Amino acid sequence: MNENSVKSPPMVRYQKISKSFGELKVLREIDLEIAAGEKVAIIGPSGSGKTTLGRLLMTLEKPNSGTIEVDGDYLWHKKVDEKLVWANQKHIRSVRAKVGMVFQQFNLFPHMRVLRNCTEAPIHVLGISEEEAQERAIAMLQKVGLGQKLKDFPSKLSGGQQQRVAIARALVMRPKVLIFDEVTSALDPELVGEVLEVIKEIAAEGETTMVLITHEMEFAREVADRIIFIDGGLIAEQGPPQKIFENPENERTKDFLSRFRQQNRNY
Amino acid sequence: MWDWQYTLSFMPDLMKALITTISATLVGFLLAVVLGLPLVLGRRSNFKPLALLTTGFIEFFRSTPLLAQIYFIFYVFPKYGISFSPFAAGVIALGLHYATYLSEVYRSGIESIPKGQWEAAAALNFSRIRTWVSIIIPQAIPPVVPVMGNYLIGMFKDTPILSAITLVEILQTAKIIGAHSFRYLEPITMVGILFLLLSYISSVGVRKLELRLNQRY
Amino acid sequence: MGVSELIKKLDQSSSRRIQQERRVFPIQPPFDLLPQLLRGAGITIQLTIFSTVVAFIVAFIMGLGRLSKIRLIRWVSTIYVEFFRGTSLLVQLFWAYFVLPLWGINLTAMQAGILILGLSYGAYAAEIVRSSILAIPKSQIEAGVALNMTQGQIMIRIIIPQAVLIMLPPFGNIIIELLKGTALVSLITLSDLMFQGVMIRSTTLRTTETFSMVLLIYFVLALPITFGIRRIEGRLSKGRA
Repeated sequence: MNENSVKSPPMVRYQKISKSFGELKVLREIDLEIAAGEKVAIIGPSGSGKTTLGRLLMTLEKPNSGTIEVDGDYLWHKKVDEKLVWANQKHIRSVRAKVGMVFQQFNLFPHMRVLRNCTEAPIHVLGISEEEAQERAIAMLQKVGLGQKLKDFPSKLSGGQQQRVAIARALVMRPKVLIFDEVTSALDPELVGEVLEVIKEIAAEGETTMVLITHEMEFAREVADRIIFIDGGLIAEQGPPQKIFENPENERTKDFLSRFRQQNRNY
Repeated sequence: MWDWQYTLSFMPDLMKALITTISATLVGFLLAVVLGLPLVLGRRSNFKPLALLTTGFIEFFRSTPLLAQIYFIFYVFPKYGISFSPFAAGVIALGLHYATYLSEVYRSGIESIPKGQWEAAAALNFSRIRTWVSIIIPQAIPPVVPVMGNYLIGMFKDTPILSAITLVEILQTAKIIGAHSFRYLEPITMVGILFLLLSYISSVGVRKLELRLNQRY
Repeated sequence: MGVSELIKKLDQSSSRRIQQERRVFPIQPPFDLLPQLLRGAGITIQLTIFSTVVAFIVAFIMGLGRLSKIRLIRWVSTIYVEFFRGTSLLVQLFWAYFVLPLWGINLTAMQAGILILGLSYGAYAAEIVRSSILAIPKSQIEAGVALNMTQGQIMIRIIIPQAVLIMLPPFGNIIIELLKGTALVSLITLSDLMFQGVMIRSTTLRTTETFSMVLLIYFVLALPITFGIRRIEGRLSKGRA
């Protein structure tokens, strides 16, 4: 992906996004554009604001100032006579329909079996028929390798299986942008691989714009078109994986990477 | 000491009155279950005036005696044109009084649901109503059903209070029987025993229900 | 005077009367009712305090009894608790006031009230004592054993102090329930707040004012308990995690 030519409008655009929690400034006037179909990995120390960046896009947090656009539409705002005003719930819902998210804690619905977890939203949000929803869901669940677990409750599945269901659940909605918020951080090490494999497959298929907030550096290097390093609420550095991992320019990037490599070597 | 013949003679009347007691309980509880929901939604509302008003309403009903509330509904409302029968007034008072308790029970059920469930619903773009119907309420209610069951039993034991506004339920009937024959021992004791029996059976039922619900998933 | 004129005159005078009544409403604050109501409130407060004391004593005896290693004590306590929780408070009051005299036990309404309220709410409180003690992690007992303390010392010095903190909020709720329960003694002729309210209403027919004042006074009586419990909670959790 050529960073310089954004001929078609970006799929996601953050403009001067700031977010504070009380006194704590978590994001400071962030500008960021993500092209359609681009796979972006966001890395950085804990508390750097990377998760918040994803949550703002998913409307789980409200920005203090700044705007976010998704596929050309303002997410949090509405254009009223050339001015931008805060949008109501109806507008937000209509724009956020294009965004999906997979959570660190999976957040599957414990009172529904696996199949229903994946069909509930298509039926009640997209309005498609139960048969079609089931078709889509079964196809997706088979794709992530859980075609045999349709009738199980989430509590019967391992963490890696639950996360794969969560990914299928998000994909059935056919979002234009899919956010992965540290999706392997809560998994036992031996289960991480199966989830990463699934994500790699989705990335290879191409169409979905993916935002991967992650600690898995090897994985990020493999899958991402661009790495974004966030530190202290600002984008410290961004670029293609080889550049960031092998020739980082910024001191803080170097710092972070070396600390990270040290910690992992001691494993 | 204990006159068994006398007891057998009045038992039919007592059992008939028991029907009144049980129906008052069931109708009152139904009212409470239904009214509890708007109360908890109002209390949790983001619209501050509504939340304050609802909280005030709940606090007031929980801090004042049921008897006083019953008198108010039965005697004050007719002054402004709305008359209730003893059964209606009693059931309304029970319903309002217990609705406030149940709203707190609903609240604890709702607040025990992890934030992640709300967030997953948002990520899948569920509407507010759909989030409540498909995700929140099905998870909030089963854990609190046993507590609701205990309130049902509590309401059942409160129904004799309605005798104060002349509802002829089981205690009132016992008093009438006792007054007739000048023997209160048997009627009142039988009433006590009936309550004990029914409460005990119900609480065993509630415990069984609790076990079944908790085995769900 | 013709009939239609008569009717018109009657209409006018009755609408004047209705207008006069409307001017009286909103009702003037019924401060004149206060002295008698407050006398009743005094009885209510007395009743609440004494019953609470009885309830606490019963709660600890029966609550600890439910946890006893000796089966007989456990049985007796369990039966006690199930009995009082399973029967209606009003029925218990009636029984104490109207039936006991047949066996030579003549209680005044106040005595019957204190006894029954104390025994009954004590049963509920016993469950609180029991569950609070059970909530203390077993590791606390093990620490006591490791320090070679006796069972009694462990209970008194380690478990109960911690359990008391957990007990407070539900105890507070029980006291409020007890306060509300005192209203029932009006039905066995004790001149408490509720009784005075009913009396005043039947003599003055100022139904709205009377019953509104009664509700208000009960609400005001309950407030300090609610706030008091919250403050004690705050105080006792100082210095804890």
